[in-house]
Amino acid sequence: MAVLSVSGLSKSFGGVHALSDVSFDVEAGELLAMIGPNGAGKSTCFNCINGQLKPDLGSVRFGEHDLVGRSPRQIWRLGVGRTFQITATFGSMTVAENVQMALISHHRRSRALWPLASSLYMERAHELLSAVGMQDQAERRCNVLAYGDLKQVELAVAMAHEPRLLLMDEPTAGMAPTERIELMELTAGIVRERGISVLFTEHDMDVVFANATRIIVLNRGRMVAEGSPADVRNDSMVQEIYLGAGSTFRAQASALEAADA
Amino acid sequence: MSFYFAQFLTGLASASSLFLVASGLSIIFGVTRIVNFAHGSFYMLGAFIAYSLVTALPHGPLGFWGGVIISALVVGVIGVVMEILVLRRIYQSPELFQLVATFGVVLLIKDVALWVWGPEDKLGPRAPGFDGAVDIFGSKVPEYDLVVIVLGLVVLAALWLLFNRTRWGALVRAATEDREMLGALGINQALLFTSVFFLGSVLAGLGGALQIPRASVSHHMDLAIIATAFVVVVVGGMGSIVGAFLASVIISELNAFGILVFPEITLVLMFLVMVVVLVIRPWGILGKPEGEAAGEVLEGETLSIMPGRRMRLALLGAFALLLVLPSVVEPFYLLLLSEVFVFALFAASLHFIMGNGGMVSFGHAAYFGLGAYGAAMLLIYGDTGMELAIALAPLAAGLGALIFGYFCVRLSGVYMAMLSLAFAQIVWSVAFQSTELTGGEDGLVGVWPSPWASDRIVYYYLTLVLCAGGILALWRMLYAPFGYTLRAGRDSPLRVEAIGVNLRQHRWFAFVIAGLFAGLAGGLYGFLHGIVEPQAVDIPRSIDALMMVLIGGVQTLIGPLAGAFAFVFLENRLLAFEFWRAIFGLIIIGICVAMPLGIVGSLHRLALRAAAARAS
Repeated sequence: MAVLSVSGLSKSFGGVHALSDVSFDVEAGELLAMIGPNGAGKSTCFNCINGQLKPDLGSVRFGEHDLVGRSPRQIWRLGVGRTFQITATFGSMTVAENVQMALISHHRRSRALWPLASSLYMERAHELLSAVGMQDQAERRCNVLAYGDLKQVELAVAMAHEPRLLLMDEPTAGMAPTERIELMELTAGIVRERGISVLFTEHDMDVVFANATRIIVLNRGRMVAEGSPADVRNDSMVQEIYLGAGSTFRAQASALEAADA
Repeated sequence: MSFYFAQFLTGLASASSLFLVASGLSIIFGVTRIVNFAHGSFYMLGAFIAYSLVTALPHGPLGFWGGVIISALVVGVIGVVMEILVLRRIYQSPELFQLVATFGVVLLIKDVALWVWGPEDKLGPRAPGFDGAVDIFGSKVPEYDLVVIVLGLVVLAALWLLFNRTRWGALVRAATEDREMLGALGINQALLFTSVFFLGSVLAGLGGALQIPRASVSHHMDLAIIATAFVVVVVGGMGSIVGAFLASVIISELNAFGILVFPEITLVLMFLVMVVVLVIRPWGILGKPEGEAAGEVLEGETLSIMPGRRMRLALLGAFALLLVLPSVVEPFYLLLLSEVFVFALFAASLHFIMGNGGMVSFGHAAYFGLGAYGAAMLLIYGDTGMELAIALAPLAAGLGALIFGYFCVRLSGVYMAMLSLAFAQIVWSVAFQSTELTGGEDGLVGVWPSPWASDRIVYYYLTLVLCAGGILALWRMLYAPFGYTLRAGRDSPLRVEAIGVNLRQHRWFAFVIAGLFAGLAGGLYGFLHGIVEPQAVDIPRSIDALMMVLIGGVQTLIGPLAGAFAFVFLENRLLAFEFWRAIFGLIIIGICVAMPLGIVGSLHRLALRAAAARAS
């Protein structure tokens, strides 16, 4: 059963078709990678799902809800977690407090004026932090943390409201190669254990092929391939896109133009 | 018909002079991001210096225009001196420190002008050759007005050429659009900033000098023009010259015709226009959107640690000391201390949104004033007695904050600050102009406490308990989920929305809370002196709050209290001197330059360093 069902998603900016008729499902418990060269429409697609952008056409179904037209805030409330390409944490707060903030919001207590925030949901915060291996640094402030550690904090924050789906925009961007694999393996282990589905974009193909259960490939706003890592690796069109073979590229381009016309 | 045309021309002439001042302010802000409060003082200096030169030089066109040009240049040099001696040392400090430092310069210049030119207004000579009036469609229009209109257009054209046809102008535009990129270009930034200050100050001085045949030269010119110039810069779009010109025309014509239609609320009109423009176009008519700037003003470890046991004990000790003080010190000091308590609460309420929430308000006096006037009017017109008046004062201010805050939280950074200033000026205008209701300039008198509280010692205890209670409540909220959520929004608006928080709504709520407590402070203040005047809500009062918070140390919890204490006692000590404003201004500038973390913040850092030295 699909957790997220995207169908016919289209978005234009001016005359540019950033996204045309993209459809795919995220199945329960899978790690679906969305790949493609720069400008393929990954970010547009991502932002249409998480509520930053409103698509021109198409629907994004999450359980019984249509996410189109909802704000990022409402989408989060429905059970969709997010991590950012460039980490966004609360620098003046400790690691634990960052997670506590997400828990406070999840329990709808962000308007409470009396209890001490730092003593709320402490146990749950520490549980989440040990899941991502950050319990040792729980009392350190985020503005002194290494970048790789911040990524792990973000992961714990994103899981605080027990999402059914996690949207990860370039989760390993800005990290050293060895750290990337580790972080993605950590993520894969956690989501498998908790039955969370993940949709992520990624530039590092090692990370993608090592962890994704399925891959979709975007190019020029269209979905051009979909399948298991092995299928996608052997797909000739995908190879062309990434290797950019001159003659075939031209043939493909004219084929695309014909399709457009 | 002809009358309206004449009125239109009068408006244009005012627009020209306003444009000169506002364009200078806009250029300075665009490049240096400094909100230069001293710009109005430069305008005033331009007028005073021109008055002296034109009356001293031989009568004739050469004497007049020569005097005008020399005074503009002299003001330009004064601007450069301020930039080199003061601002250059604090470019690394939080942006608000620069604002506070320029306000120190305002005080200094005010007293220098008093000392040099004396307290009387000066009536400038007419411009030789343009002292008559021309007949346009049957109405008399002063020739000089036409000259000023032409000069405004000439300056607009010259600035346009300067910015679009010279290398220097290209650098200024680059700096306005992307300051970080400018640093990467490898140009001499110090020289660029200094030259921009020179040009901006020359324009302010020229604007002032050209006014001398049109209006008398007074000591109120500085703050009167600065508020209007801010409106023009914000409405036109910060950093945009053409925008400043358009906005000058709009505002001046509005004044020229508004005075015919609504003579009682002319002052409000201008600020209402600003509110409308900012609500529709948050970056002004020709301005460009800025990135999130609110957080960066006050980044760092602000408020990350709850007061520990030692700190709590120290605070408890201080409170106990204040309780026994009335049996030891003279009653006069009790009055001063009551004032300290009131301002400490006022400053703490600003700190609540500014230090913790990253929302800067240049108009926090609005809520102080609403509380003060609310209480006074309840007492005088509603005959409620002191108790109910003080109890309801926060609600009056909170209601204002509910309305004003709704619009303010839609903006961020300096635009939010400017919009809050506009709202405060609206309150001030109403207080100043609706004479029947508020007593106008004279204020409302007879605001005395109930008989049981009229003894100075009793009122001292009343302010102590209410203000301490208010401050504690504010502090508690800082460390409650609500305060944390605000701080989270200051640190990362992106993340806070991505954990399901409606940040705008929380900020609005915070605005209201800050308004409530500022209102309580205002209500108590009125009964302290028996009178509520428009000063309770004017620009200096808003700046006072900013100074208390910043000078005390925005990064710390007790900074605002220390700031209030230092502020009230310093002002009181200095009042004995004839030129106390100048001394006060110099002290403010000194603190800004020497203690970039504020008094408490800098002491705290010293203590940390000492501890580190001992440990090693």
